[in-house]
Amino acid sequence: MSSTAATKIENHPLPFPPPHAGEGKGGSRRRETWAHAKYVATENPVTFGAAIVFFVFVFVAIFGPWIVPYDPLASDTQAALQPPSARHWFGTDSLGRDILSRVVIGTQLDFGIAVSAVLASFAVGAALGAVAGFYGGWSDRLIGRFADTIMAFPLFVLAMGIVAALGNTVANIILATAIINLPFYIRVARAEVNVSRHAGYVEAARITGNSNLRILALHIFPNVLPPMMVQISLNMGWAILNAAGLSFIGLGVRPPAAEWGIMVAEGASYIISGEWWIAFFPGVVLMAAVFCFNLLGDGLRDLIDPRQRT
Amino acid sequence: MGRLIFKRLIGAIPNVVGVVIVTFVLTRALPGDPAAYFAGPAASQEAVEQIRVQLGLDKSLAHQFVLYLRDLAHGDLGTSLTTGQPVLQELGARLPASLELTLLGLLLAVAVAIPLGIFAATRPGSWLDHSCRLFATAGVSLPTFFTGLLLAYVFYFLLGIAPSPLGRIDVIYSPPPAFTGFYLIDSLLAGDLELFWAAFKQLLLPAITLALFVMAPLMRMTRASMLGVLSSDFIRTARAGGLSRTTVLIRYAFRNALLPVVTTLGMVFSFLLGSNVLVEKVFAWPGIGSYVIEALVASDYAPVQGFVLTMALLYVLLNLTIDILYGFIDPRVGVDE
Repeated sequence: MSSTAATKIENHPLPFPPPHAGEGKGGSRRRETWAHAKYVATENPVTFGAAIVFFVFVFVAIFGPWIVPYDPLASDTQAALQPPSARHWFGTDSLGRDILSRVVIGTQLDFGIAVSAVLASFAVGAALGAVAGFYGGWSDRLIGRFADTIMAFPLFVLAMGIVAALGNTVANIILATAIINLPFYIRVARAEVNVSRHAGYVEAARITGNSNLRILALHIFPNVLPPMMVQISLNMGWAILNAAGLSFIGLGVRPPAAEWGIMVAEGASYIISGEWWIAFFPGVVLMAAVFCFNLLGDGLRDLIDPRQRT
Repeated sequence: MGRLIFKRLIGAIPNVVGVVIVTFVLTRALPGDPAAYFAGPAASQEAVEQIRVQLGLDKSLAHQFVLYLRDLAHGDLGTSLTTGQPVLQELGARLPASLELTLLGLLLAVAVAIPLGIFAATRPGSWLDHSCRLFATAGVSLPTFFTGLLLAYVFYFLLGIAPSPLGRIDVIYSPPPAFTGFYLIDSLLAGDLELFWAAFKQLLLPAITLALFVMAPLMRMTRASMLGVLSSDFIRTARAGGLSRTTVLIRYAFRNALLPVVTTLGMVFSFLLGSNVLVEKVFAWPGIGSYVIEALVASDYAPVQGFVLTMALLYVLLNLTIDILYGFIDPRVGVDE
């Protein structure tokens, strides 16, 4: 990791790369990247495993509609409340809908919500944090106060309040999740930008006549990306949990849409009478997705900043 | 110490102001006509107008904010549409149930996570350390509402050792006379051990559910902070001086490692208060979480806003307590400020 980061820093202050600079190095660099990837995979098998699971989830999220055995919304009262069998691997719910199909289709919605929320808070949080860290002064105080105010709430409760106030839609779930994640991005970006503000390459860029905005966007930002990426992957699992939690209490996604949180809520009343599979499978898949993101985030953090390993 | 506490109190004011502003914005952000929302779906045009005047929605935003502050100062959080009762009163009646659950959950989490963290720090890299880490990451990945259901299924349906996961106390008992509103304390005050045991059994599953979720951050922080302290010079000196293992670990190392752990407690509380809502729904716990979910389903907004404000103020208060605790744990904190 350190090698790629170093090359990045070396390359950046040059506004125009010297002609043919990359020539002849391409092959060795590719080999280097490959060796690095191999090192990462063998050094930390848990992270590697999590990455594989992650790609399975992404595949299912994209191709879900083509691989499901049944229509996730089609009810079949004849086949209601059947335990897992060869026909229905995950069983059927109270309306006879196939739970496997619903879990697969739900991946798209849950991942969609989490990805859009996290990207939104990344974009806004990174911009606000970078401005606060770079310019300091009153903008720093204002943005810092804004982040503190969000953090003064228990975050899930704030998300509930936002969705309740703005209306019960998927878009508002995304907005609420994005808002409660903002402070984390603001803080990481602010801290990182603040440190690199006086770095040598920034001085060099300034001397060569770059504007503040250009330095911030093209020189500093790429260098604070790695810690932001860690934040993103650590945040993803939490965003999914949050969205599923909101729909579990009846906010956001509405039945009959297939979404993991709602499916667990639908199965909740049956668990007391022994029909465990209705809530169990969506719950386990939700858990696996969050677990996978958390492991990936930890692995990434270890790679990027081994000192923070806990 | 007095000056430090005073300083912290002053420091909490901006947070309180921020919270009040945000909740005010949330009350006015209702899409469409807020008056129509507060009046409820069945209200007539006249009733909506009446609510509009009553809430001051016909006045300017600044004027509305002043009115909002005045209501808050009088403890007026509005009236619930579904029950017709003042929100403050209903929240007050249900708060002890939620607090009892949250605090027991935290207690369980601390009681398990801190020893585990210390243990893992004394043997870094061992299989115990790794399994602690895996266990902790798994814990934080658990959707609390799902863990709760799973525990209820295993311990109530399969094993039959837990009482039915509905409410604070089995229907065959009547609640103890209310002093604190905490059933565990009240039943002890009444000298009724059977009731205490019944309430405790009822509390255990939801409290474990909460604890499982927040154990991970506490454990990891304890471990990391202990690792840092254990490698410092004064620990080596203490060991070289022949102090016993326990003395070194607890009196010397843990006391110095405590500060980051207490900081994490603040974050953990944020998680706890949020998950509380989900756990209360799963276990039909009659706290403020179930109350707000009922209100959400009925599109009854005053209780929701009262709830958000109460939780936020509670959280600010907790963070303030933690800040003050710092001074007691580590007298160096705040000296040079």
